[in-house]
Amino acid sequence: MSNLENNPTPSAVPGEEAEQTITITPRVDVIETENEFVVLADLPGILPEDVDVRFEKGELSLHGQRAATRGYGPTTYHRSFAVADSVAGDKISAELKAGVLKILLPKVEAVKPKKIVVNR
Amino acid sequence: MIVNRRHPLGALWHEINQVQDEFSKWFGRATTPQSSPQFSVWEAESVVYAEADLPGVDPSQLDVTITEGNQLSVQGERLPPEFTGAAWVRQERPFGKFVRLFTLPSLVDADRVEAKYENGVLRLMLPKHEAAKPRKIAVKSD
Repeated sequence: MSNLENNPTPSAVPGEEAEQTITITPRVDVIETENEFVVLADLPGILPEDVDVRFEKGELSLHGQRAATRGYGPTTYHRSFAVADSVAGDKISAELKAGVLKILLPKVEAVKPKKIVVNR
Repeated sequence: MIVNRRHPLGALWHEINQVQDEFSKWFGRATTPQSSPQFSVWEAESVVYAEADLPGVDPSQLDVTITEGNQLSVQGERLPPEFTGAAWVRQERPFGKFVRLFTLPSLVDADRVEAKYENGVLRLMLPKHEAAKPRKIAVKSD
């Protein structure tokens, strides 16, 4: 068994309350393409089951819980965004890979660019 | 490269950056500024541990090197997001090359170092070198 699996993390940074929950606003990129908006958020050290992505009343919110580690107490990642009406709320999907959460927000059909055929 | 079309000066900044990159090429300066990730380092009796949050990095591109028994160097690169026909709405996540160099609190056995990248966190387990481990000295008496 590797030593990494049971590494004894230091209990607390001297002079700090280890059990105090820290809330972090994760850094995000928001990218707009023709058909969707993409939100990328840095959530290192978090497992997919500890992430909660919600879309409610035009607001997209993400929550993540990170267990206490390396002398820091438990960490909560939280961020929310107002989402334009052009997003199809029922088609939002999310995936977490290498500590980066990727949320895809497809646009509603009506606002997607459409090529109009010109008849002769 | 994604042009920031939301920024009123986006096109201008883009232009300025391109000119700057061009100059940098001519005068040999690195075009991408390097950042250094923050590490937590702690030690147990026979092991030194080091951890850093490095979300969104390809682990095969991470270069972890130990020189002179106690100099740790971690280098890598985070690539910018690639989407075709895309525009930035917001850009906060840094990308580009990064490097971090520091002296470990004791000599380590470079051959037995374990490195693991999981959920965007790099974890290093560096066993201390025999010479650096605490040794009890028996006191002789006549």
